[in-house]
Formats: sequence, structure tokens, C-alpha cells
Amino acid sequence: MIERDTIDTLLNDGKLADGFQALADAWNREPSLNAAQFVIAKYERHRADLALIECKLAILRSITVEPLVPLLRAAAYVNRIDLDVKVSDFDTYATEMLDAGSSLYAFQPRVVLLALNTASVAPQLWAPTDDAEHTLRSVADDTVDRLTSLIHAFRANSQADLIFHLLDSPDLTTRGSLETHAECGQRAAIESVNERLGAVARSMHGVHPLDYDALVARHGRRDWFDEGKWEQFRLPATAPNLRHIVDEWLRYIQPVIGAVSKVVVVDLDETIWKGTVGEDGFAKLKMGADPPGTPYRALQRALLALRERGIVLAACSKNDEADALEVLEKHPDMLLRPVHFATMRINWESKSENIKSIASELNVGLDALAFIDDNPVERAEVRAMLPQVRVLDLPSDPSKYARIVLENPFFQRVTAASSEDRQRTQFYQEQAQRAKMLASVGSKEEFYRSLGQVADIASANDLTLGRVAQLTQKTNQFNLTTHRYSDAEVAFFMSDPKHTVLTIKVSDRLGDNGIVGTAITDDDGDACKVDTFLLSCRVIGRGIETAFIAYIAQQARLRGKSRLVGMFCPTAKNELAKHFYEDHGFRRIADDADGSTWELALATNELKAPEWITVAPASAVPA
Amino acid sequence: MDHGSAGVSGAGVSPTFAVVQEIAAGVFGVAESDISPDSSPQTVERWDSVQQIYLVLALEERFGVQLALEDIEELKNLGDIAKAIDKKL
Repeated sequence: MIERDTIDTLLNDGKLADGFQALADAWNREPSLNAAQFVIAKYERHRADLALIECKLAILRSITVEPLVPLLRAAAYVNRIDLDVKVSDFDTYATEMLDAGSSLYAFQPRVVLLALNTASVAPQLWAPTDDAEHTLRSVADDTVDRLTSLIHAFRANSQADLIFHLLDSPDLTTRGSLETHAECGQRAAIESVNERLGAVARSMHGVHPLDYDALVARHGRRDWFDEGKWEQFRLPATAPNLRHIVDEWLRYIQPVIGAVSKVVVVDLDETIWKGTVGEDGFAKLKMGADPPGTPYRALQRALLALRERGIVLAACSKNDEADALEVLEKHPDMLLRPVHFATMRINWESKSENIKSIASELNVGLDALAFIDDNPVERAEVRAMLPQVRVLDLPSDPSKYARIVLENPFFQRVTAASSEDRQRTQFYQEQAQRAKMLASVGSKEEFYRSLGQVADIASANDLTLGRVAQLTQKTNQFNLTTHRYSDAEVAFFMSDPKHTVLTIKVSDRLGDNGIVGTAITDDDGDACKVDTFLLSCRVIGRGIETAFIAYIAQQARLRGKSRLVGMFCPTAKNELAKHFYEDHGFRRIADDADGSTWELALATNELKAPEWITVAPASAVPA
Repeated sequence: MDHGSAGVSGAGVSPTFAVVQEIAAGVFGVAESDISPDSSPQTVERWDSVQQIYLVLALEERFGVQLALEDIEELKNLGDIAKAIDKKL
């Protein structure tokens, strides 16, 4: 990195946004071990001034990961994640996982990464000395059994998310050209291990198999590995490929800890189609299945794929609105249509102003937004004005656009989109309609009555568990404690008799909002303690929060509790929830470093849902 | 003992060794003056198997060469490493 002096000067002058942008650029140009140390040093020094997501990561391994750790930490820092990494001793993963008192569990990691390869965990599949089919089969069975029992032991001992490498295939097999003659050759045996381990992971919560073989294949199996350094150091890949392992790890770690984008704001001209509608006109634009339209079509397909993962799309373009809309609505080659976008800003305002207004309309923080634009000037404007927005660097070659979107760690998910995610665009469109109604109706109360809201409160079940965990990870604004939980942790609360996990679904005559909130309570003596209470911003200010806490109070009373106790833990983002307990008649009983504690005496206080909300099932709350 | 030590000429150290010296000092966290062609796992306290990996990767990165298994096994000290690199440049 030649620009180190420049970066140092910027940071020392307090120009942190510029300094860290230059640092990220330098890192992306040259992600070497040497550069990693520099990146880590800079972030460690300024850690307190940066809003970084913190995560404790334990790495268990049968391979050498030491040179990977600085690369991982630097790449994570550049993505605004502060990883506290603990690496277990070489090849001790089995005992670490089996022993409940091991240093792994004492560390209390949020995420555990089990870094393996076939050469180390199943050498008889990697380089068999006996490649008879029945032998390969029995080695495969043993490998599956061994790893499965480790994964089960892990889950019994920890609620952390587990990311583990599936097995990779060697570039050359013992049978050579006869490989496919065998029903269970080396490759088939390895694939069968992966299939079965994948099924084990699917049957559990918070266990994520990483397709290591696909990673190796993507970068070229033959040159992936340096045999000398494998034999000597147990180094799993050549130096240039180490970076690819780290990038793949982040594609799993980031979605697990919620370091992802929720909304992608995309430009139109020269980004999702070739040409400029204002200058070239409708007929000259290209986005079809033939060149030069293909790269643009590929990007449209990639954006639709993100939408399937639950990511919301928004359009932002400098154009006359009617021109651009005509293309979106009528061009026969378009894959993206207006219905795919939650909102659009097609006007002549600056992109940064438009992006701010998109964030506020969709009720998400700026750091939840990513921006895709072919024009470097627009990208620079957004970077300068809104440093929290994740601006993608697009190369000058449009055929790389789709790849850059598809490999971005911020656009990955490790759980399939919930039905709420899939419908999110529709929710936002309905929300815009509600805002219009509110403007046309005289008073807020009249508006609420006209909505005909129904709140459906239920205990979490296997189908809604994932949504509960997702809400705890993604909700920042109306969130009283901001406790983040994994699927496995939520599953634990559901199974524990002292804990109650509730979901709230809201519908009105404009549509179904799906599950928009969750609460987790913990019974302790005569008190019911509210561990988590959060609601999506989409429904705030309509009395839903009152209906929800009233239900919780009612249920606690039915369980014989005399007090409802809750905490407000302030963060940079939850100002909105600050007065919640006070407004609902709670008494402040304590303050400490984490926040304030509030109490409601259940015998003397009865909270009631606003009369304009129907709480269902109605039988659950006696009138 | 000094006879034939790699990287050392009458006038001073070779250009390759000068770079090896700088990188090794960085990896082992010592002053460049503490690093000589005779520096080895026996004389440098922090030179363990993990630091050895960092050293090899850092050298490969800087010189753009691949050190093979035999090279690494043969390496007795930093002078030898500089010699092995010179052969590949």
C-alpha cells in the first residue's frame, strides 16, 4: 500500500470518513497480509469513534488458519465489523466440541467456524490407499457419523451459530478416467458425505454448511492448493487463494450476525439497461437476451434474485419520471417491473437527497441501504454525503455487474426468506397508501378507526422461530433492549418453561403486515421480566405497541405474577422507544450503565389495548 | 563460520538480503539490526512454526516467487533463504 502516508494524514487530521474510505480502497486493491496488519492497526486505534458491529468468533480447525485470521479481521473491519477471534489449537476441534467445559464454550462465541478440508478430516477419501467401493462407502459413513455427533454435541453445549466446511474433492482421483464407472468412486463418496451433512444441518437451527468444494472449484481446483505448503505447514491454499477463503467466510458470518443490507437502491440508465432514456429514447435501450443487452439483463436477474432472498429494491434515477416509467412498464425485454420496487425516486434531485428520502419512507437506517450506480460521480456524491450507505464499486465493464452483486457479502442470507420478507415490497407499497389516507382523513384517531386493525398475538412456533430471531437481529429503532438472538437461542427460550416467546401479526383493511413484532419474557419469582420487546417501525404510532404490552401484562397476571419489569437500554438508534414504559404507567426503579429499569404493579394497573384495535384470538384476553 | 554466508559480500549485504532483513524484522517484531544472515529459529526468540509461515508468505508476497517444500526444508537461516530467493529471481 503506497498511500499509507496519505491515510495516516487523513486519520490524524480527524477526517475519519475520508481516511477509512481511502483505507478500504487500498485494502481492496491489495488485500495482502502486510496490508491487513496496517488495516487492523488503524481500526483498532479508532475503534471507539466508529459504529462497528462486534462479534466474538471462535475458529476450530484441522488446517492452518493463522495467516487467514489477519486477512479475515481486516476484511471484516472494512465491512464495519469488529471480530474478536479465538483460534483453537491445531486439530483439537473434536475435544473442544465434545467437552462442555472446553475453552471454546468458556469463550462464549457468537459464531463458531469449523474450518476443515478433506485431506485432513478424511484422508482416505482425499488420497485413498484402498479405493474399493465398499471401503470408500464405509469411510464416508464414518466421516458423516463422526461430524454429525460433533455437531449435535456442539448444539447441546452452545447456542452459537455454527458454520462448518463441507468436504472438497481432489483435482485428480485414483480412478482417473474410470471415476464415473464406479457407483461410489472418490468423488461420489465425498458428495454423499456432503449431502448427508447438509441434511443434518437442515434439521437443526443455526447450523450452516459452507460449500467449500464450490469455493475451491470457483477459483480453480488445480491451482488452489500448494502441495509443499500443505505438507509442511498444513496451509489449505496458496497465498492468493487465502483471500478467497476469508471472503467466503464473511458471506456466512455477515448474514449470521445481521451485517447485511436490507434495501438496494439501483440507478436505471446504463445500470439496468444500456443507453439513456432521455437521449437515446425507448426504442434504442438494450436489456434483452442478445449483446449488448446481456450484461444489463444479467444484473436485472441478479436483482430479482436478491428480492427472492428478502432484500427490498428501490429505484433512483435522474430522468423525467414518465420516460423512465414507460420503460419499466412497457419495454418487452425488461425483467424488472414497477411492482418489484418498493419505492422509486425518478427526478432531478441529487442521489443523496433521494436516498435519504427512501430510507425515511421505508423506515430503515441509512446503514441498511446499498447503492448501485454505473456513474462514478454519483457514487462519489453519495459516499461523501452519506458515508453510512454501502456504495458498490462497479467496474467499467458491465459484464461484471451481476457478479459483483451476487458475490457481495452484504446481500447474503443464511436463512430462507420468511413470508414477511417476500411480501415486504408489498407492505411498503401499502404503507405509502396508508400515509396518503392519513393525509386525507382529519384526525389520527379517525384514521386508525378507518384502518380496522387486527392484532394477532401468538406463542412462537417452529414456523415463526426464524422470523423472531430475524426481528431481534434487524430491529433497531423500536427495540427496548436490542438483545440480538440466533435461531438456536430463540429455540432455547421456546423450550424453557420460564420463558415466553410471543409474536404479533397485524393486518388491516389495506393488507396483512405479517409478523411485525416479538416479545420474550422471563418469569422470575413474582415478576415477569421483559427481556425483549420490539416492533417494526411500519406499525409504530398506531397503538399496536400498547395492545402488545397490555396482552403481556394480562398473561403475566394470569400466571400469578404481581409485577411486570422491563428495561430500556439506549442505543444510537432506539430513541423512538425511550418513553415507552413511562407512557404506559411504569415506575422507574433503577438506573445502571446498561439503561433504566421500569416496573408496573399488575394488581393496581390495568393496561388496555386501544379500542380501535381488535386483539385476536379474542379469547386470549378476557374483556 | 562466516565463510560463504549467503547474502554477505565484502561491501555489505546483498539487495535481496536487505529486503529479507526488513521483512523478517517486521514478522518477528525486532529491529533490523538484530537480524543477520545467521539468524535462525535457534537465535530468534519469536521464530516458531506459525511465524515461519508468516515469514514464507511475506517473502513470497514481496518477491513474487513460490518457495517449494525442498527450499523450506533446506533453510537453515535467513542467509540461506535470501540465497534460495536469488536463485528464483
